[in-house]
Amino acid sequence: MSKISITINDEPYKVESGQTIMEACKEHNIKIPSMCHFDGLTDVGACRLCLVEIEGQSKLLPSCTTQVEPNQKIRTHSDRLSGHRQMITELFFSERNHVCAVCVANGNCELQDLATEVGMKHVRFPYLFQECEVDASHAMFVIDHNRCIMCTRCVRVCSEVEGAHNWDVKNRGYKVRIISDFDTPWGESESCTSCRKCVEVCPTGSLWSKDKAQGQSKKNPQMIKDLIEKRKVNL
Amino acid sequence: MTGSTKTEEPKILNADDSRTKLLNAAIKKSKGRPDALIQVLHTAQGMFGYLPLEVIRHIAHALHLPASRVYGVVTFYHFFSLKQKGEHTCLVCTGTACYVKGAQEILDQIEDHYHLKPGQVTEDNKLGIQVARCLGACGLAPAVVIDDEVIPKLNPEDTQSVIDSKTGAA
Ligand code: SF4
Ligand code: FES
Ligand code: FES
Repeated sequence: MSKISITINDEPYKVESGQTIMEACKEHNIKIPSMCHFDGLTDVGACRLCLVEIEGQSKLLPSCTTQVEPNQKIRTHSDRLSGHRQMITELFFSERNHVCAVCVANGNCELQDLATEVGMKHVRFPYLFQECEVDASHAMFVIDHNRCIMCTRCVRVCSEVEGAHNWDVKNRGYKVRIISDFDTPWGESESCTSCRKCVEVCPTGSLWSKDKAQGQSKKNPQMIKDLIEKRKVNL
Repeated sequence: MTGSTKTEEPKILNADDSRTKLLNAAIKKSKGRPDALIQVLHTAQGMFGYLPLEVIRHIAHALHLPASRVYGVVTFYHFFSLKQKGEHTCLVCTGTACYVKGAQEILDQIEDHYHLKPGQVTEDNKLGIQVARCLGACGLAPAVVIDDEVIPKLNPEDTQSVIDSKTGAA
């Protein structure tokens, strides 16, 4: 791979061609907010938190799915971007029922951390108060759709790393939901291997283990990242 | 949760049934390629009028696709339906133009006369009501589609008589 020159936030960098902007930034310790990205899984550009400005382009581009190009001038932080990131975060909170005080992931939640990171003070949008299901039919795990932000990390880790593809997404718009098999209760799934990878990569309290009570869920996403490395899953 | 796999509906597919044969022919033509999914679902929906779980399961298996992926595709497109749609369908456009021109009144009339809300089918399975957001025929608003025929500028008061005449009901 050849090296190319780019500019990030007015500083010059040499990065590998073929990398995504997010990868290049990570290598140089520039942190970009992200939710749907998970190291080693295919990127889908779904959450739009990682949008960056590129000089000469009026459109913002997701850094997780955009490759670096020679002489690109990238800006990862600006007032405009902060505004968008705050709005996206508020939309997460307004769409479903994220009540931290009674959540297993309280204190160990990437959504909670994100809200702090982007400086969310209140939610400008009316809450939808959707009625979402809690499926506790699996012997070991629970999926609480109230907490799901549709990042689809669980779908991808199950399909790409475990190879089971128990999870996918049904419907569209605000009615989208994560499903197992034919919208089958998780406990009756014919494809789930109970490997627990989805629980570890889920950024919120949507997927959790029954042996954890409120505020007790501690996830281990690093274990899955290491596993992907060990298996050299080349995606 | 809808489709518990343990409680399956009565068998629909069987080797002597002509629809099953046609479905299998379509699958064969696709050579079991996963990217033929939409085409095969289209064929199945056309023949059965909807996509029973048993049929979806069969297709997923034949095209080597995960169950949840196929179910996801079926629920993403409005064209596909998991439930029986009724022998005759009446689709009421509730897009902006049709809404402004009285789509809601048409739906109210339907509810009064047939006791059907959008998505429901009469008990005898004769008539099903659906709604769509803009058919791209805004100049004809309010537009209704009965089976394959577009009824332009339907006067809400005529709703029942038009539906009855088109569906051959008494
Ligand atoms: S269940 Fe968790 S990992 Fe899966 S889409 Fe929802 S938030 Fe993401
Ligand atoms: S992390 Fe790039 S769009 Fe979600
Ligand atoms: S709004 Fe009914 S056809 Fe466009």
